Amino acid sequence: MPPSSMIERPDVQVEGIARRFGGTAVFEDVWFNVGKGEFVCLVGHSGCGKTTILNILAGLDAPDDGSIIVSGKEITGPSLDRAVIFQSHALMPWMTAAQNVGFALSCRNPHWNRRMCEDAAREALGRVGLSHAADRKPAQLSGGMKQRVGIARALAIQPRILLMDEPFSALDALTRGALQEEVSRLVTDSGQTGFMITHDVDEAILLADRILLMSNGPGARIAEVVVNTLPRPRTRASLHHMPGYHALRDHVLDFLITRSREFVATNPPAGWSARAVPESRPVA
Amino acid sequence: MQQQVPFWRAAALSLLILAVFLGGWEAAIRAATTASGPPVDPEYAALMGQAAAQGGQTAMPAPSDIAKRLFELLRDPFYVRGPNDQGIGVQIAYSLLRVGAGFLLAAAIAIPLGFLIGMSPLLNAALNPFIQVLRPVSPLAWMPLALYSIKDSSISAVFVIFICSIWPMLLNTAFGVASVRREWMNVGRTLEAGPWRTATHIILPAAAPTIVTGMRISIGIAWLVIVAAEMLVGGTGIGYWVWNQWNNLSIADIVIAILMIGLVGLALDRLLGLLARAVAWAE
Repeated sequence: MPPSSMIERPDVQVEGIARRFGGTAVFEDVWFNVGKGEFVCLVGHSGCGKTTILNILAGLDAPDDGSIIVSGKEITGPSLDRAVIFQSHALMPWMTAAQNVGFALSCRNPHWNRRMCEDAAREALGRVGLSHAADRKPAQLSGGMKQRVGIARALAIQPRILLMDEPFSALDALTRGALQEEVSRLVTDSGQTGFMITHDVDEAILLADRILLMSNGPGARIAEVVVNTLPRPRTRASLHHMPGYHALRDHVLDFLITRSREFVATNPPAGWSARAVPESRPVA
Repeated sequence: MQQQVPFWRAAALSLLILAVFLGGWEAAIRAATTASGPPVDPEYAALMGQAAAQGGQTAMPAPSDIAKRLFELLRDPFYVRGPNDQGIGVQIAYSLLRVGAGFLLAAAIAIPLGFLIGMSPLLNAALNPFIQVLRPVSPLAWMPLALYSIKDSSISAVFVIFICSIWPMLLNTAFGVASVRREWMNVGRTLEAGPWRTATHIILPAAAPTIVTGMRISIGIAWLVIVAAEMLVGGTGIGYWVWNQWNNLSIADIVIAILMIGLVGLALDRLLGLLARAVAWAE
């Protein structure tokens, strides 16, 4: 696993971004990095601007202050290098599963012909276990299968960075567990950089190398960074037996329950600075 | 939600209603013809023609007369014996041609323009006053202006069809395009799909059901308006034919024309219904 302090330049550098709606800052002075191949989860309560941060990273929204640098270049809009897995799967209902993935592929590879896109789309669907449903429309798929198609679409274009906005929050627990492990495997195998928004603590512990904890909005900040020291591979079934799991989980939960409320940016805890948020490594 | 009824039961009831209606009509006409009026002088009758010879009796035909006349008309619907005597099929074909030309011309302008209006809030706001003022105008009010500027009555009828069918398509296209789900547009943006790909692969299919609904409303209005327009411009077409039969006091032909106009209108609506089914999508 790549350590958080990397010698090479981080893949994503978020430099002091803020977003205001009607004069109130949802969040401001947000700084963090995501290293190459690292998987970072952003955890916080509703209303702290998590989704807005993800949209800014995706290039779908622009910050009012600050900037985001990806691979050394400031971003100005969306890019095929940063794929998004949407919370609502966002499949086109008039296309079959294969056509949805094929559309993404034809955008990535404009000179591929229909046949090549179709074949590659079926292969991508096979990787998420959906070969049998390639010709079905989204209306004929279950919630978990739709989200699988969304994942296949995002992975098919081989982005360097994968952005995920609570991709599993609308699914039942069983499907969610299976998909989390699949995403973990697919992202680690391809060495992609992952950034996921979630409010499921176990999901963050299962997937993340580092967990960013956001204080409550308005005026939200990254209050703490937790380094996940649990070794990989992690599985949903064995996660809670790993030494250090409970300490990590308690630390994050305590933050969500009390510390996220108590954090005041004008009077931060000792040692906190927006540019260098202290990292903690909870151990039992 | 209404309960589903078996097809045959609905069909049986429909046929029964039709039979009672036609039977009552037939009986009423029979009763009127047997009660004969005062005798007519044969010389007067020869001079004044059939209506007088009937002794001032009703010109309203019985359903059996209409059926006979319908059979006559449909035996040779496409005959042409000079400009004033052409088969009913020829007349309907003329009307369909005008409706088709005006409708397709309107679609060719309304759908691209609706696309632009739907995409651009500025254009929407700028063009809205014009659309709101022009839309409620009866299409026939354009007829004199069209006759004056185009100077061809047949093309003027096409223009009237064009102007009446443009509004539903324009407004529905603009609405459909403007209400394409933001998440689908975001997918297109993150995939760096260019404007052309976004328009053809995301906006058009997403808005297609709304656009086709507009087309369906338009063709319905166009078919309503063509009859009135042809009554005005004359020459050919089912509307002209109806007016001609009124001048001949041939009520049977008028009833047949009403039936034909209804059936053709139904067929046009079904045609667009098929298109609507082809572009429909379910979530």
